[in-house]
Amino acid sequence: MRKATVLQKSNVAKKEKIATLLLGSSVIVLFLIGWELLFQFRVVNPLFISAPSRVVLALIAIIGDGSLAENLAISAKEFLFGYGAAILVGFPVGILLGWFKLIRDAFGPFIAAMQATPRIALMPLFIIWFGLGITSKIVVVLLSAIFPLIVNLQVAMSTIDNDLVHVSRAYGASRWQIFRSIALPTSLPFLVTGLRLAAGRGLLGVIVAEVFGGAEGIGYMIQYAGSTFQTDKVFAGVLVVALTGITLDFTLDRLGRHFDRWRGDAAVH
Amino acid sequence: MKEAILERSSVASLLPSTLVTPANGKAVSAVKLNGSRPELLKSPDKRPVKLSIKDLVIGYLDKQNGNTMVAVDKVNLDIREGEFVTIVGLSGCGKSTFLNAIAGLVKHQQGQIRVNDRIVSGPGTDRAMVFQKASLLPWRKVGRNITYGLELGGMKQSEARKKASYYVNLVRLNGFENHYPHQLSGGMQQRVNLARALACDPEVLLLDEPFAALDAITRELMQGELLELCEKVGKTVLMVTHQIDEAVLLSDRVIVFAACPAHVLADIAISIPRPRKSHVKDSEEFRGLMNQIWAIIEDNANIGSGI
Repeated sequence: MRKATVLQKSNVAKKEKIATLLLGSSVIVLFLIGWELLFQFRVVNPLFISAPSRVVLALIAIIGDGSLAENLAISAKEFLFGYGAAILVGFPVGILLGWFKLIRDAFGPFIAAMQATPRIALMPLFIIWFGLGITSKIVVVLLSAIFPLIVNLQVAMSTIDNDLVHVSRAYGASRWQIFRSIALPTSLPFLVTGLRLAAGRGLLGVIVAEVFGGAEGIGYMIQYAGSTFQTDKVFAGVLVVALTGITLDFTLDRLGRHFDRWRGDAAVH
Repeated sequence: MKEAILERSSVASLLPSTLVTPANGKAVSAVKLNGSRPELLKSPDKRPVKLSIKDLVIGYLDKQNGNTMVAVDKVNLDIREGEFVTIVGLSGCGKSTFLNAIAGLVKHQQGQIRVNDRIVSGPGTDRAMVFQKASLLPWRKVGRNITYGLELGGMKQSEARKKASYYVNLVRLNGFENHYPHQLSGGMQQRVNLARALACDPEVLLLDEPFAALDAITRELMQGELLELCEKVGKTVLMVTHQIDEAVLLSDRVIVFAACPAHVLADIAISIPRPRKSHVKDSEEFRGLMNQIWAIIEDNANIGSGI
């Protein structure tokens, strides 16, 4: 009897989910149709706005001639190196800041000041220091992605349940054991949130850095296409970047749910 | 209880000048009202002393005026192997601080705590505490919560699981090893808390108001379960509670603490024969003991508040 009610409930939830999905996607479809119509009926200068159909054609073209793969590989490399370095540095730094009050007091203001500085404004300096190659972009990605990680992990350390630390100590845990068995698991959901934010910032960093001063990569491709009035190609590039961002965010969200499955509300799969 | 964690040396020097001992001399004489168990009178208890507390003094720093206050004042207590001893007293009387000191979580300034004649100076696996709040690690399944203490002691997970399985059965949690804590009721969580402590196989089990956070019905049921369980495993137990009925039902001896600073008012032997069932609560003897303990607490409360 109880099982039957639950079954019905999940069915209702499923239907509701499909309805929500339909509503959301129909708005996108309507937007695309409207855009296409604006182009087809020459309401706005076609050179400026392109059209979904032309964007698809441009996309096929850059896939066909291999320029997309080439630029994507460069951008991916810049992103992965910068993002990886941000994790490697940001994770321990965030933990240290959260765990040790002395370190927090010493470096907190410095990090806050760094965070408030617009990183991309330093791009001219990075170009002087590291050249026009991929190193200057990696630095921008690193600096864009690192702060969400540091802040989230620092916050994670402050949310540690004192009762659990108390229990741990009562069972004779060392400081390291308390860290491993209490602090680290507490930090995991925060790490994932930090990773998601960092991925968004990092992606933005890659594109802006390439637009700003580069000779290769998706950002450069977009910038070049724009300056030569190839609006189709601009949109195709933007579409690729957006899809990459969505995929990345979705993957990290799933990862977060995996780590969060001990929490009641995330048990719905 | 962070305030109570002080360096022993620095506070000891402060103590004599600031010792705050309110009118406690009057009530201290009211001890040993009921005498010991009849069978113990015939043959004195020869069981070895498991937990021995001598002249224990615990001070804490009052952050508002900077004075060192005395929370526990020269408490002496011997608990023999297999004995179930409960401390009752007004809230805030320092009994939890006392228990925390025995667990090694709070430093004491004077006196000694010995388990099996070894001096206690910090937390250790010879004592295990059951907390008022279940305080389970929410990301660990029940099974791995129960083995937590063993794993901290350096035992391998598989081995710890084997060792804990007996206690999983004992607290009737079999089949729930793969549940997360949030999927359990309050009573069940408290059983996990209990099993976690028992799995360490401690010399002394410390219970800090173990059922205070539960609803009345669950508390009643859990008291019955703990009674049965303790008679089965024969552990040496020291419990702190507010519930006088809980204390009488479970204990061999009930210690009444006076408040501010805590010291022993009375040490009452509970001679209700074992094995006991929950319905002994209806007996004349049970009610007599409850009234007796209540009278001591009430007297002390009146003295304390100057009524």
